[in-house]
Amino acid sequence: MKISEIIELVEGKLLTPYANLETTIRGGFAGDLMSDVLASIEPDSVLITGLMNPQVIRTALIADIKLVIFARGKTPSMDTLKLAIAERIPVVNTQLGLYEISGRLMKAGLPSFEKPMLFRYDED
Amino acid sequence: MTDEATLTDDEAGKITRVEELAYELSISEVMTRNVITLSPNLTMLEALDLFKAHRISGAPVLKDGNLVGILSIEDLIRCLRDGRIDLLVSDYMSTRMITARTTDQVVEALKTFSQSHVGRLPIVDEKGKLAGMLTKGDITDGLLKALQKEYQVEELIRYRASHLFEDIVSDRTSLILRYTIKKDDFVHGGEASNHIKKALLRLGASPQVARRCGIAVYEAEMNLIIHTTNGGVLRVEVEPHKIIMEAYDDGPGIEDIVKVMEPGYSTAPEPIRAKGFGAGMGLKNIKSCVDEMTLFSSKEKGTNLFMIMYLEKEHPTAESKAATP
Repeated sequence: MKISEIIELVEGKLLTPYANLETTIRGGFAGDLMSDVLASIEPDSVLITGLMNPQVIRTALIADIKLVIFARGKTPSMDTLKLAIAERIPVVNTQLGLYEISGRLMKAGLPSFEKPMLFRYDED
Repeated sequence: MTDEATLTDDEAGKITRVEELAYELSISEVMTRNVITLSPNLTMLEALDLFKAHRISGAPVLKDGNLVGILSIEDLIRCLRDGRIDLLVSDYMSTRMITARTTDQVVEALKTFSQSHVGRLPIVDEKGKLAGMLTKGDITDGLLKALQKEYQVEELIRYRASHLFEDIVSDRTSLILRYTIKKDDFVHGGEASNHIKKALLRLGASPQVARRCGIAVYEAEMNLIIHTTNGGVLRVEVEPHKIIMEAYDDGPGIEDIVKVMEPGYSTAPEPIRAKGFGAGMGLKNIKSCVDEMTLFSSKEKGTNLFMIMYLEKEHPTAESKAATP
């Protein structure tokens, strides 16, 4: 699914001045705890979060996340936005909540990259 | 199956960069500076000869150094149709001009080109004096030149970095990167890890290896910020066939070293969780990203976390990791 389609589906507003809206996103993850994100997200994905600090962008960079959506109408801090612009991570915000955003994207066919945490340390 | 209309990731990346450059470059960087100008008192025949001689299809008209109009090939055609090649430039030039400033972003000019139907824009300086002309062709040339220059710089850096190990002879060559991580420094949290990831890519690591190492050191970096007494150090040693990553601190040490490895177990207080950390997945994530992980901790000496990533496919641990994505 293209970034442009995602923005339309979630009624989002692009906060970074430039982005390749043709970039293909393969799946998504919604959450506020960055280690949970890193534990299961895959490259070329969208991260939907209510967290607003620069670590969101750093997490995106580390994990090759290609789009960040900030939920519930929150606006990220200037530090976060500046980092997103400098590192060329497209950032979108929307009035919708995590549940609604995820629901709309999944209904439109974007798969989930969330994985259950059933494994235990002594298993492997 | 061949589908020429499909963009490769590499091509798509370059297109994105072109769009970004349109925001970064100013018009003065891409415009034509040495412009052929016309006087309003020239005859249209003289203008036609100038267009032919200089192989141009339009020119600004200046009177006493001030921009008063623009004459394009369309105006010449109009004049030829009227059969009045003897009339003056001032009779046929268009005086309703759209101009742009030298300091405007290239993207502004692109917008103007797509919204109006003009083919060239007179560019004026801060005093309103003509500084140059801009066509769509100038923009394409300018963007391509900038892209080419950037590409060459990054290629050179990558080439130098990835040949580092070949050019130096020793029994065991390695490159060591060190980063001091301050306690509670959330503002910079993750910065060192992103520097490490970029360095590994420049040294020739695959995107997969760089990503896995990046996640591991990011978790380790956040642990140093959240859990230590005085912060700590991230140390990455890159060898031709393996990457050794280490995070160490001087306290307070881990209370229960078995429990800390359980997914979901966290000692992070609520304010840390509000910042998006303390999910209790950190060490588990590190373990699933690297080939080997060893954790030492004591109240006296603090904590040492060793992580190793093997770059050779033959290595047994590396192969089993590669099989499970």
